[in-house]
Amino acid sequence: MGSLERKVFYPKKRLEESLSQVQGGNPILPMAAYSGTVARSFLRVYGSVASIHTLCLSRNVFQLNRTVPILVRQIQTSLTVWRKNLAATSQEKFTEEYIKKQIEEFNIGKRHLANMMGEDPETFTQEDIDRSITYLFPSGLFEKKARPLMKHPNEIFPKQRAVQWGEDGRPFHFLFYTGKQSYYELMHDVYGKVLMLEKYEERMRTKGLFSPDTKKISLVGSRWLMKEELEEMLVEVMSDHDYKRFLLLMERLLALPYSHMEEEFVQRFRKQLEVQSSKQVVPALQFDDRGVAFSSGEGRRKLATATVVVRDNGSGKVTINGINYLEYFVVLQDREQLMFPLQFLDRLGKHDLECHVTGGGRSGQAGALRLAISRALLSYVSESEVEAMRQAGLLTPDPRVKERKKPGLAKARKRFTWKKR
Amino acid sequence: MAAAACLKAFSRLNLPRLLSSRLSERYANGQLYSTAAVTQSLPSDTPAGSDTVLTEPLKHPDFFHLSELFSLKDLFEARIHLGHKKTCRHRLMEPYLFGCRLEQDIIDLDQTMELLQQALNFTAHVAYRGGVILFVSRRRQFCHLVECTAQDCGEYAHTRYWQGGLLTNAPIKYGPGVHLPDVIIFLSTLNNVFQQHVAIRDAAKMNIPTIGVVDSNCNPSLVTFPIPGNDDSPSAMDLYCKLFKMTINRAKDKRKQMNLLYDVKGSGS
Repeated sequence: MGSLERKVFYPKKRLEESLSQVQGGNPILPMAAYSGTVARSFLRVYGSVASIHTLCLSRNVFQLNRTVPILVRQIQTSLTVWRKNLAATSQEKFTEEYIKKQIEEFNIGKRHLANMMGEDPETFTQEDIDRSITYLFPSGLFEKKARPLMKHPNEIFPKQRAVQWGEDGRPFHFLFYTGKQSYYELMHDVYGKVLMLEKYEERMRTKGLFSPDTKKISLVGSRWLMKEELEEMLVEVMSDHDYKRFLLLMERLLALPYSHMEEEFVQRFRKQLEVQSSKQVVPALQFDDRGVAFSSGEGRRKLATATVVVRDNGSGKVTINGINYLEYFVVLQDREQLMFPLQFLDRLGKHDLECHVTGGGRSGQAGALRLAISRALLSYVSESEVEAMRQAGLLTPDPRVKERKKPGLAKARKRFTWKKR
Repeated sequence: MAAAACLKAFSRLNLPRLLSSRLSERYANGQLYSTAAVTQSLPSDTPAGSDTVLTEPLKHPDFFHLSELFSLKDLFEARIHLGHKKTCRHRLMEPYLFGCRLEQDIIDLDQTMELLQQALNFTAHVAYRGGVILFVSRRRQFCHLVECTAQDCGEYAHTRYWQGGLLTNAPIKYGPGVHLPDVIIFLSTLNNVFQQHVAIRDAAKMNIPTIGVVDSNCNPSLVTFPIPGNDDSPSAMDLYCKLFKMTINRAKDKRKQMNLLYDVKGSGS
């Protein structure tokens, strides 16, 4: 008996308090709490408290439109049996009516949420929904996808094919029996276009109107859709071999002389690449009220961030966070880093620098300032000098950061002493 | 066959039918389980109109007048009589061959005429009853033509790589409750490596009647309605596609006509 009591560490008083909070003043503390069989009864009571807690919470919780998989029974079964049960209960194929119902529920829920937040239900956008949900259900989870969410069912449920045949049993698509109807239809269409263009070319040749320098479709700045993107477009799975054959056929289409006639069709399968300009974006020189030119630059190095304003017609004065650079950077190496861009461009005594720097250490701040000064000086300098600066490495941000310490190692790379025995 | 003969006898004697109309359709089609064709007339009370619509074509040997679609001269001009070389000859094709000229086999067009007539008649009857027709061919140069033909008649085509189990494992390949084709038409019975197409064997396993253009190097044994003829020339393939397309369209139009004539209610097309 004594040993059992010692095991129980949940004090009776706190239990009473919590129970009174939950029940509103009627603690249902059983008399068994004072008896010998303490452990079991406490657990029973604690269990009931837990359930009451959840009950109370559930009444206030807003019904989320989330696909909650039906819970599995807690029975000892083998892994294969459990998987089979899960597959049987999970709704892998969502019927159209089910999705329609979900959409209706979502819309109603959206209006409720808007009312709850005191906003206009008519102009309640998805961003407002996200904001409201994060406010109502604050979650400390790191994984963003695990947090509560409320999105339109079309974004949650994967796009699925409806039933492929009508009431009479006849399939809708003429290539249904191939198994990959969308893909083969696409191949059929592309080949049809190839034949048509070949026939057109032949007609032009017979008439004598053929000219070898016809307009070509511009493929610069775009790429073919990737296999995954094509699968998404066709709502059908395809193999790598199929995808390769598709690309070959499209290349064949493009190789024909009159392929420009099918430009619109071809562009449907090409994606524009983001325009990556290799040219440095040089900010324009700004002028303050006195007419003195100035420009600003930002730089980062190893947890230090710096902003610099480089003024023209200066005498080489440098202020960092209001402090003179000789006092701020005691070490010569840091001051050298600061002056290097000016020295490289032979503008040592011509500019005034007003710098602000936070974070990092001595060397990091110096490096950040150097980058910021180089970027600011771009506005004053010609194209060839910009190229020279780039070659010198003044414009490249240094990506090196401190490597993390790993478990089992003393530091990032240092290993513990190895003892043979 | 016996059942069909019985049916004919009964109809002539005007005795009440012992077999239900549903069963008679099944035996007429040659299949014993649910097909797209049968589901059309499933309503329990079959009025006299729909009965006549379905049994009327069976009383005539050439209800759709398909013999006027082609002649021996057309077949000859489309080079259907040209077979492969003597060394490629299949033993079972010997009855269909007319002879051999300069080591090239010549197919007997008289037999081809008869067999083609039978095959077209059968397709017409299947199309008349709204059956699913699948065109199969594994010849790359005619793949587009066959698919276009199928599209034009409103039927189905498969001229691509044949995945195993498409017919024998249909519920898993396509989805539960799928209807298999009621007839498969092979415009070439061989695949790309000159072996017999897998679908011929699978269709025989699934009791699906097949019509096939068998060349002198093909095996005609499992094909229900073989059509001995050339399957390599573009002119021959054009002719076959044209004939099948015209038959199917004719049969479907005839069905619409008969429906209007006998004023069958609740039938779609």
